[in-house]
Amino acid sequence: MALWPKFVDVSKFKNPISILHVIEDRCKGCGFCIEFCPKGILEVSPKFNKKGYHPPKLKEGIPEDACVGCRFCEYVCPEFAIYHEFYEKGPVEEKEE
Amino acid sequence: MTQRLAISHPYDKFLRTDRMPHIWCPGCGLGAILSAYIRALQIANIEPRNAVMVSGIGCAGRAAGYVKLDSFHTTHGRAIPFAIGLKVANPSLNITVFSGDGDLFAIGGNHIIHAARRNVDMTVICVNNFNYGMTGGQLGPTTPLDAYSTTSPYGNVEHPFNLPDVCASAGAVYVARWTSLHVRRLTESIAEALQKKGFSFIEVLSPCPTAFGRRNKFREGIDMMRYFKEHTIIRNGTHPKDVDIKLGEDIIIGKFLDIEAKETLCETLSRVREKAARRLKYA
Amino acid sequence: MVSESYPFYKEMEEKRSVLTGSHFISGNEAFAEGAIAAGCRFFGGYPITPSSEIAEHMSRRLPEVNGIFLQMEDELGSIAAVLGASWGGLKSMTATSGPGFSLMQENIGLGIITETPCVIANVQRGGPSTGLPTLVGQGDVMQARWGSHGPYETIAISPNSPQECFDMAIKAFNLAETYRLPVIVLMDESVGHMTEKVIIPPKEKIKTVYRKKPRVPPEKFLPYKPDKDLVPPMPTAGDGYYIHVTGLTHDERGYPVIDAETQERLIQRLIDKIKVNAHKIIDYETYRIKDADTIVVSYGISSRPSLGAVKKARKLGLKIGFIRLKTIWPFPEDFFRKISENVKHFFVVEINNGQIVREVERCTAKHSETHFIGKLGGTVHTPEEILDKIMEVVG
Repeated sequence: MALWPKFVDVSKFKNPISILHVIEDRCKGCGFCIEFCPKGILEVSPKFNKKGYHPPKLKEGIPEDACVGCRFCEYVCPEFAIYHEFYEKGPVEEKEE
Repeated sequence: MTQRLAISHPYDKFLRTDRMPHIWCPGCGLGAILSAYIRALQIANIEPRNAVMVSGIGCAGRAAGYVKLDSFHTTHGRAIPFAIGLKVANPSLNITVFSGDGDLFAIGGNHIIHAARRNVDMTVICVNNFNYGMTGGQLGPTTPLDAYSTTSPYGNVEHPFNLPDVCASAGAVYVARWTSLHVRRLTESIAEALQKKGFSFIEVLSPCPTAFGRRNKFREGIDMMRYFKEHTIIRNGTHPKDVDIKLGEDIIIGKFLDIEAKETLCETLSRVREKAARRLKYA
Repeated sequence: MVSESYPFYKEMEEKRSVLTGSHFISGNEAFAEGAIAAGCRFFGGYPITPSSEIAEHMSRRLPEVNGIFLQMEDELGSIAAVLGASWGGLKSMTATSGPGFSLMQENIGLGIITETPCVIANVQRGGPSTGLPTLVGQGDVMQARWGSHGPYETIAISPNSPQECFDMAIKAFNLAETYRLPVIVLMDESVGHMTEKVIIPPKEKIKTVYRKKPRVPPEKFLPYKPDKDLVPPMPTAGDGYYIHVTGLTHDERGYPVIDAETQERLIQRLIDKIKVNAHKIIDYETYRIKDADTIVVSYGISSRPSLGAVKKARKLGLKIGFIRLKTIWPFPEDFFRKISENVKHFFVVEINNGQIVREVERCTAKHSETHFIGKLGGTVHTPEEILDKIMEVVG
């Protein structure tokens, strides 16, 4: 690991922080988002929506940067029921190394 | 990481939200494909005013009713000639034919091969769910060998079409196959096809749990999506004749053909008009 | 294709759209010229005897007027392309005969429920099936009325000479654009292939109609909300109105609504659209019916020997008159009901096994007897034949 190349300005960049939005009443419980999230941070929620399906929700106790904002759940959802909103993208103040 | 409840989606401006939720079953891939199309429209910078969707009959055909563009839901198999009429009347329109495997290749088979032959400038998105879903699950021209359907209770004994091969041989200039799982690549592919001059064909494999899936060991949509995850191999540039689908085995997907655009139908019609003008001594 | 910036294409279109003058041409050619004079700029067709000359003539003339000719792969593709081109803003038409007309029925139904203006010329030939490809017939009359599935009203007109082919082509397009539906022109092989003098008037004398366009901005526009005359304005694809057009039963927004109430509302309006305006659409010609107690009814090519027979019969002293139907559908029911009060016998002359005779009988049975003088196809009646049959009954 010590010999792997290091980008000199890697500390300038932070992962974009995303907020997950679920339109619960549109969900039809297909499970695509839960199954195919690359970080595996979604799970079935115990509550029912208006139509009787269980919408997805984030798992309990996951770290703040667990969702990398890849948006795969948003892209693969057939119901237009889940999407991300991003903020704080880009360089932050230089840290002292 | 926070999760919030929401009531509207960023793509809602492209959807007829007064008709949501759509009629497609839970586990059907059509919503994801429509979502990819909407993203592709934005990536390709197509003005919504010029984008037109024409569809046929079937579950995929219902997509035209959900998208907020000029959209035409025509008769079974006749989406493509309808789209040809629209295109030659107004060549600035960017036309997508969004329909199913039976609509485009069984009853509409004649029209798609002639449209490819004439190289009409449009994009055809064929959602292949291996059967006629809306009418209950009858077999179609893409039902795999030995698969069960309501009209093949003893197993299908006919060989299915290899859709990319049919279109490439007929003269399409862009041929690709993706699935409703590979949404990122599908979006890029649709964006490429929308901007490409000539006849572009994209086949998208989709689960159909209610009709095809539950008779063929894919009881939920997620089962077929898992099958797509395990068994699809992305091999861009494979010759279309080598991409037959045999359910149970690996499926080859990717962009199979992307050739230099030859003259489109509208360009040939311009040439005809020039000749007429010359004969009348106007040019 | 239509709006091009090259100035000489515009000039070419203006000079070549109406070939004013006196011509000696066939019915098919005259129809094609009439269509172009009416503003038709798209022809999607498939060759079939005896209508191929219309396609051939259009293929030569349409590029001269900035129009588009497409020979499609079959009649099904042809009618679908015609509907598509109409939604793309062009006046469009196709030409076919019996077997092709049968193939087009499904999309004629689509044209009716989506209210798409277009013209379909059916140059009738002997049938059924492949029948007599090169010989005359008039057996598609009921098919023009009921050929597609479901309840609907239709407009069909029938010329009986090349001059009338020219005039009726213009009339067909005007009716199609005014009432927003596919209009069927029932020609027959004899009229289509007959060569006669046709006078094409100057461009200013030809009145053409284009469909009503929306008068409100897109946010307020409902694509299937009718005006007072029961016809909604029609936007063109690409105008920014974002309409949804479907063959499913739909409401005013154009969205499919699958229930009986919407069906009643929509289909009743499509029927009323024609019925309420029937008095503006119906057209017929009469000859000496005022004092007649016997009337001969005919249309198309059969009307020519019928008129000859009637004139001969008058010379023999019979009180006989003649009605030529120029509009076949909607059928002039009220007119027939009224005149039947003073008429004892109706004779209907047509080349089929009795299609318009049923309509005449239905409307006049209370007061008159109806008789059928028919041939099954392949040849036209002679005036003597018709006169003999009339004399058998009335003489």
